[in-house]
Amino acid sequence: MSNPPDFVTGETEAPEMVNRPAPPPGPVPAAEERRTLHDLWMAGTEAPREVARFTSEGAQEMLAEEQEPILAGQMGALVGDDYLSRPGPSGEDTQVINMGPQHPSTHGVLRLQVELEGETIRRVKPIIGYLHTGMEKTAEALTFAQGPTNVTRMDYLSPFHEELCFSLATERLLGVEVPPRAQAIRVLMTEVNRVASHLIWVATQGMDIGALSMMLYGWRERELCLAFFERVTGLRMNHNYIRPGGVAADLPDGWEDDVAGILAKVPPGIADYQDLLDDNPIFRERTVGVGVITAEECRAYGVTGPILRASGVAWDLRRAFPYSGIDRYEFEVPIGNGGDVYDRYRVRIEEMKQSLRIVAQVAETMPPGDYRTDDLKVTPPPRARLDQSMEALIHHFKLFTEGFKVPAGEVYEAVESPRGELGMYLVSNGEAKPWRLHVRGPSFAHVQALPVMLADSLIADTVATLASADPVLGDVDR
Amino acid sequence: MAGPANPSGFLTTTLQKAVGWARTRSMWPATFGLACCAIEMMATGAAHYDLGRFGMEVFRASPRQADLMIVAGRVSQKMAPVLRQIYDQMSDPKWVISMGACASTGGMFNNYALVQGVDQVVPVDVYVPGCPPGPQSLMHGILTLQEKIRSGEIAR
Amino acid sequence: MSDPASLPDRAAALLAGLAEQFPRARFGSSLGDQVVRVERDDLVAFASAARETGLTAFVDLCAVDYLDRPEGRFEVVVVLLSTRLCLRLRLLVAVPGEDPQVPSLTGVFPGANFYEREAYDLFGIAFSGHPELTRLLLPDEWEGHPLRKDHPVGAVPVQFKAVEQAP
Repeated sequence: MSNPPDFVTGETEAPEMVNRPAPPPGPVPAAEERRTLHDLWMAGTEAPREVARFTSEGAQEMLAEEQEPILAGQMGALVGDDYLSRPGPSGEDTQVINMGPQHPSTHGVLRLQVELEGETIRRVKPIIGYLHTGMEKTAEALTFAQGPTNVTRMDYLSPFHEELCFSLATERLLGVEVPPRAQAIRVLMTEVNRVASHLIWVATQGMDIGALSMMLYGWRERELCLAFFERVTGLRMNHNYIRPGGVAADLPDGWEDDVAGILAKVPPGIADYQDLLDDNPIFRERTVGVGVITAEECRAYGVTGPILRASGVAWDLRRAFPYSGIDRYEFEVPIGNGGDVYDRYRVRIEEMKQSLRIVAQVAETMPPGDYRTDDLKVTPPPRARLDQSMEALIHHFKLFTEGFKVPAGEVYEAVESPRGELGMYLVSNGEAKPWRLHVRGPSFAHVQALPVMLADSLIADTVATLASADPVLGDVDR
Repeated sequence: MAGPANPSGFLTTTLQKAVGWARTRSMWPATFGLACCAIEMMATGAAHYDLGRFGMEVFRASPRQADLMIVAGRVSQKMAPVLRQIYDQMSDPKWVISMGACASTGGMFNNYALVQGVDQVVPVDVYVPGCPPGPQSLMHGILTLQEKIRSGEIAR
Repeated sequence: MSDPASLPDRAAALLAGLAEQFPRARFGSSLGDQVVRVERDDLVAFASAARETGLTAFVDLCAVDYLDRPEGRFEVVVVLLSTRLCLRLRLLVAVPGEDPQVPSLTGVFPGANFYEREAYDLFGIAFSGHPELTRLLLPDEWEGHPLRKDHPVGAVPVQFKAVEQAP
C-alpha cells in the first residue's frame, strides 16, 4: 500500500487510476457571489431578509473569527461552527444554535443551524451529508441483480419500496412482465412495510414530543411485522427480496396465519394510540397549527406523500400512476386540510388502517402461479435443476457472475413510499451494470422544505415539525 | 499481581472484580445511531428485546453522561470528525461497540464516501457483525463486552 | 405513462402548447415517459412556461455523465409534475464538458436548491444564479467530483490474511 488512507479525505487511488489525468475542475462561483446577501431559503414565499456577510470560511458555516480561538480553547478541539451574535431585523440580538448531527431528536444525522431571536426561529439551515454513502456510485459498480441490495439500504425504514422501485425501473428497461402472484406478493410486502414504517414514525413522533411510552408501544406492534418479514425473506430489515423479475422466493407455508395475526393484533394497537393521542390536550397543543406548509409550497419544493396529503392535495402515486397491480385493491387516500403536524399524524394513522385493508384483500385474493417471471435471460433457474441440466448451470453461472444485460435506455420510475414519492432515474447503456442510477428520495425534498415549515415558529416546535416530516437520512444523503 | 488480565497490577483480585461488576451494571449508551443499525439498536431497547433488563435502556444524548458508545451505522467522511469529537467528550471509563458491517469494516460500501471501519477513528472493543445485526446479536455483543470488563481483560 | 396518442386531451394540449412556444425543444417519449430535450439557454424560460401552464410540482433534478457524446458530456435531467393532470414531464438538457454551466431553476422552483447543489457537488456542474452553490453532501474541503465517470470508486483494497498482496 503506497500511502495509508487518510480518514478525513479517504482518497486512495486504485493503481490503474494513478496515471489518469485529473478531471478538469468545475467552475467555482466567485467568492463574492457566495458571500452576497441572499435569503432564498424562503424563496417564493416570503420577502428576503437582511443577513450579515459571511466570513471567508464559506457559506456552510456561520463563523465569527474573533470568537473561534476562545471556543477552541474551551472545547479542546477545533469546532466547525460557532455562536454568532449580531443584530437581527428588530434590533435584538439573535443567536445561532446548532442541533446535531449527533442529537437524539433529529431522526438521524441531520444538522440544523437555527437562528433564534429569543424563542422565535428566524432562519433554519439544514446541513446534510453526514450519512453520504456514495450509493449512486456503488450502484454503477454492481449488476442489476445486485442493485436491490444497494438501494434497500437507502431508506432503511421502507426497504421494500426501494427494492420495488428499482425492480420496476429495471423491468421497464428490460420489457419483462412479472406474473400476477409476484405482483401481489410485492403489494403485500410493501403495504406491511408501510404499516411498519408508520409505526416507527408514530413511536418517534410521540417520543420527541414527550410521550415516551409511545416509543415502546410502537415497537411492540412493529415486532409483529418484522417477524413476518423474517419468515418470508429471512431478514428483519434490508431484505433484498424484491428483485428484477419477481421476488426472491415464494411465500412460506402458513403465511396466511402470519398475516391474520398481523391483522388481528395491529388494529387494536392503532386504536390504543388514537385513544392516547387523538384528543390528548397536550398533544394537540403541541401539534395543532404547528409546522404548517401550504399546498403551493409543497409543490414548489417537491414535497409529496403524507405531508402533501395533509395539506389538502389528494395525490397518491398508487392512484395516479398505479404499479404492480395495486389498482386491483380497494383503498382510500386520507387527506387533511390544515397542513400542520396534527393533520399529518391523522393522515398517517389512517394510512395504516388503509394499508391493513389492502393487506387483507391481498391475503384473500392471492393468485396462484409463479413468483417470478419465466424469462430465462433474467431469472435464475430453480436450484434443483442445476444438477440435471447443463444449460441451467450455465445460465445460473452467467447470471450471477456477469449479470443479465439490460437494453440501453433511460427511465424514471416512482412508487409511493411511506414518506412520499420515491423515484429512480435509471440509465442503461446495454451492459450488465447501470450507467447511472439516481434515486429521488422523498426526504431530500422534505428536509429542504423544513425552513418553510418552521418559519416564525418557536424553538420547541422544531422537534415536533421535524418528526412530522419523517425524514430518513439514508434517503437524504444516499 | 500483574499479568495479561491485569496490566495495572495494582488492584487486588476481589476489588477488581467488584469494580468490574459495578461498571458493567447499567452501562449507559450514548446515542450514536447513524443508519439502519440504529433502528435495530432501538428495537433492542424496546419492549420485546428489552435492554432495560441490563440497565441500559437509558440512551444518554449527552456524551458526558454515557459510558458506552455503540457506533450503529455507516460512518461517512463528513461524520468521522464528529464521531471522534463525541468520543473525546465521553469521560473515562468508556467503551466502544462497533455495530454492523459498515461500522466494523465499511460493509458493502467500499468507496470514497465511507470510513472503512470505525476503528480508524476510535478504538473499538467489540465488533458485532451483521447487516444489520439483529437485536440478539447486539445483545450478545453487549454481554461479551460486559464479560470482558468483568474478567479484567479490558482494564480501564 | 403510455404512448402519446392515448394521453388525456388536456395533458396532450399542455405539451402541444409548450411545443409551439419553444420550437427548438424536441418532444418525445421514452419507454412510456414524456421526455423533452431542451436547449440550455431555453431551460429557465421553458420551466417557467411549464409551471404557468400546469406543471407546478417540482420532482427531481439530477445530472448524468455520458463521457463521450457529441451533444455534450453531461446531461441535466429535470422532472416536473402536474398533480391535476397526472402528467410527468422529463426535461433533458445537454451540457458540454468544457463549459459545465447551466442556468439555475431556483427562481422558478425553489425546490431545485438542494438538487442543484448536489449536482454541483457530485458532478461539478455550476448553476449560474444559484443563491448558495456550495457542496452539500461531501465535506466542504473535498476535492473532486465523485460521480463523474473518470473519478474512481475509491475502493480500499482488502488485505486477506493468507494472501500476499502487492501494494
